[in-house]
Amino acid sequence: MNEKNGITVKDKKSWFRRNGPVLSTTGPISVWMLVFVLIPMLYIIFISFMTRDVYGGIVYDFTLDNYKEIIQPLYLKVIWKSLKLAFITTVICLLLGYPLAYYIAGKPSKTAAKLIMLVMIPYWTNSLVRLYSVNLLGATNGPINNILMDIGLISEPLDMLYSDGIVVIGLLTAMLPFSVLPLYASIEKLDKSLLEASRDLGARPHITFLKVTIPLTMPGIVGCVLLVFIPSLGMYYVPEALGGGKVMLIGSLVRNQFLVTKNWPFGASLAILLVLMTLAMVWIYTRVSKMDDLEVF
Amino acid sequence: MADVIVELEKVNKYFGQNHVIKDFDLRIIEGEFLTLLGPSGCGKTTILRMIAGLEDATSGTIKIQDERVEDKEAYERDVNTVFQSYALFPHMTTYENIAYGLNVKKIPKQEIKERVREMLEMVQLMGYEGRKPDMMSGGQKQRVAIARALINKPKVLLLDEPLGALDLKLRKQMQIELKRLQKKLNITFVYVTHDQEEALTMSDRIAVMQEGVVEQLGTPDEIYKYPGTKFVAGFIGESNIFEGEIISAKNGILKVAGSSGEKMTLLGSGFDEGEPIQVCVRPEAAVYSKEPKDGFSLKGTVRNIIFVGSQYRTLILLENGQEVKINRGRKDRDIKEGDVVYIYWEDEDGFGIRKKGQETQK
Repeated sequence: MNEKNGITVKDKKSWFRRNGPVLSTTGPISVWMLVFVLIPMLYIIFISFMTRDVYGGIVYDFTLDNYKEIIQPLYLKVIWKSLKLAFITTVICLLLGYPLAYYIAGKPSKTAAKLIMLVMIPYWTNSLVRLYSVNLLGATNGPINNILMDIGLISEPLDMLYSDGIVVIGLLTAMLPFSVLPLYASIEKLDKSLLEASRDLGARPHITFLKVTIPLTMPGIVGCVLLVFIPSLGMYYVPEALGGGKVMLIGSLVRNQFLVTKNWPFGASLAILLVLMTLAMVWIYTRVSKMDDLEVF
Repeated sequence: MADVIVELEKVNKYFGQNHVIKDFDLRIIEGEFLTLLGPSGCGKTTILRMIAGLEDATSGTIKIQDERVEDKEAYERDVNTVFQSYALFPHMTTYENIAYGLNVKKIPKQEIKERVREMLEMVQLMGYEGRKPDMMSGGQKQRVAIARALINKPKVLLLDEPLGALDLKLRKQMQIELKRLQKKLNITFVYVTHDQEEALTMSDRIAVMQEGVVEQLGTPDEIYKYPGTKFVAGFIGESNIFEGEIISAKNGILKVAGSSGEKMTLLGSGFDEGEPIQVCVRPEAAVYSKEPKDGFSLKGTVRNIIFVGSQYRTLILLENGQEVKINRGRKDRDIKEGDVVYIYWEDEDGFGIRKKGQETQK
């Protein structure tokens, strides 16, 4: 290219000129990702194949035992329960978030911005404070039990604490704001004339919803699922704070292996499993969205 | 005579405090191509949407085939719309888009297949059934939108500026095709546009609208030749308008004294002597020359001669300061800017408009 213009520039200089802007802007984050994400990740993969010694140290002996150990019914049960609670949380987030997002999207943009702000406020309050208040609400002598007993709906306080239910409620308080945002973004972009076209062509409201609204807001729905399901799966402080150790989820399990039992290799293998499950979700997502593009031809 | 298929009576529509449709009456005849023509904001699209059921009238009655439909939802009405932005479903192929209305009505799959094929043939889109809207040109999308509406065999097809987004050449071509389609299928078309040329080309009748009322309803010919109001005269084609007063009305010939004393003649009946009148002359109907003509002529100075493609447009400044536009096919060699000329026209080329009231006369 340089010769074409009849100008010869020293290669070194031109290389720097060409790549300088790119390097200076993406360089810092690349270094950051390398040092704080990629290297720790590789290290975790590495130790997941190592052996633990009696004192909680790591012996550099290759083994697959850590992965075999996961298959024990005890751990499979924990994984199953994590999937189940994350799934329930996701479904409830969708069921609650979609109508709310739809409602907000129908408002003028100024009002919508205020409403979105209201949705986000809980997210900005400290999550532990929020969890402990959920804890207090659900306590044996907490307000919920008191009210229910006062109006005579129950005679004895419900044992809500340390149950799957309260963990799901805890997960919901953490996740709901995230579910509304992607849903709102895609519903807000939905061309309202398409809904009118569907109505005009003879479709009743529920048919329009199923055939036009849902398919066209699918990116938001998938975004919501990813944003809620994946963090719910690995979140350990929620079951810790609300489940009181009774509700064991995969996140807590990983934490226990690293910090309590001092079995780093096993903890690492569980962590890798969690990462793989996440990647599988993302893979399904990209496949679903790609298939949609390919159908054009 | 022909049957009325859509009837609007005393229809009013408010958007908040805005009174956009005012005591609107209109009867649409079965099988006709009716155009609602008017500047943007005149309420023409609102009328269309009220017929479709996408908008509720604040008051008044709307009938489709003698049946009141104010309480019927859009999906219960036997009318279909071609939207301004096409509003094709982006996640569906051409086939799925066209089949949508039939699918919703749970028509057997085999019949849907046949009818979609018929439609594709009719709008000349064979081979495009697998394409999605974003892989098609504006003209093709337009055809899909038309097919998607027509496959339902609506009693009335409503078209909301359907050609607005197309380029001039394609628009002209689609105008002819739409007209041909309408004749062939014999379906009532109600067409909304702000393009007067489009309206004149395609319509059986035109309703010229302004600020929520019909200014004039008539065939393109009537509306062009005999505009009933100053607004119509200015909106459909161009007009030179002279204010004046009738000094004599005999045998269908009006003699008018202009506001600065100039005399004009034109054909017209039903006017009274002494009545104020507006005299309109189309730019292509007026003539000018260096010599005054016996009958009457207006004196003016040539200000500008502009070449506008198919013709030359001359702007002439009258002594009272009014500017007159005259179009000519050829350039006059001996007339230059700054020359004094005399303007006149044949009696039948001028037409009068009453200052008050909206009646038309001939």
